[in-house]
Amino acid sequence: MKASIIVFPGSNCDRDIAVSIKKLTDLEPIMVWHKETSIPDSDLIVIPGGFTFGDYLRCGSIAANSPIMNDVIKKATDGLPTLGICNGFQILTESGLLPGTLIKNDCLSFLCKTVSIRVENNETNFSKKYKQNEVINIPIAHNEGNFFANEDTLKKIKDSNQIIFKYCNQNGEVNNETNPNGSIENIAGITNEQGNVLGMMPHPERATCEITKLSDGENLFKSISEFLL
Amino acid sequence: MKLNVKIMPKNGVLDPQGKAIENSLSQLGFKNFSEIRQGKIIEIDIDADKDQAINIADEMCKKLLVNLIIEDYEIIFDREK
Repeated sequence: MKASIIVFPGSNCDRDIAVSIKKLTDLEPIMVWHKETSIPDSDLIVIPGGFTFGDYLRCGSIAANSPIMNDVIKKATDGLPTLGICNGFQILTESGLLPGTLIKNDCLSFLCKTVSIRVENNETNFSKKYKQNEVINIPIAHNEGNFFANEDTLKKIKDSNQIIFKYCNQNGEVNNETNPNGSIENIAGITNEQGNVLGMMPHPERATCEITKLSDGENLFKSISEFLL
Repeated sequence: MKLNVKIMPKNGVLDPQGKAIENSLSQLGFKNFSEIRQGKIIEIDIDADKDQAINIADEMCKKLLVNLIIEDYEIIFDREK
């Protein structure tokens, strides 16, 4: 089984993702350069974080139009599990695979810290190893992580249980004070309607090794692994 | 044919950059102003007649230049050029 990690100019979390995948799943990570036009046979696609194309125009907008994205869109639409983290989430919204978009943090600064997020839906293939409403600690590192969607889109997202993670405090309280970046309803991660595409701003791959003293990201990779077996 | 595409955040979408500029101008002592919003202008030279160029620019906006969820755009034909 293989996981294709898409690498763009400016991707910088691709190797961390590969390390996490090797450690926590039975998937063999393979790097796929963005200029390729087709993804090799894979069981998972990952779009890693970074600053693709220098975040020019809008974060993720240029990467979303890279040659490889036609096949990513095709395979994800056909149901292949697809995970986008941070800039990967921005690329997924820009490519239309996920609803809404990510705008500048309302605090106007780049945020780089560990935050608490609450598991809002543990019935997806990305979150089944977590408990419902479990509070986990995962690092964020972004300038444009403020999730925005218009009212109609937000209603659809909520009606279909597409919200997977929300920013909270250690006690799991979700409110304005526990919202680091201004995201609507503290949204930190959503899936598409089918549930096979997940985008999230926090970095689970940065919470999978002893050096960081964080391990709450492990269950995300274990969830994917369990589902694929 | 030289065109400008003016892209602005949609009304109702938070514009943190506009807010930051507003705060800074207030600190500099400027008064009696409000609703600063920051957008961008993209200049394009398209090798086509005016109508065609506007159509092409419109397609460029929809495919890449503009995120219609959060931005509005206007294609401005620059007569002087």
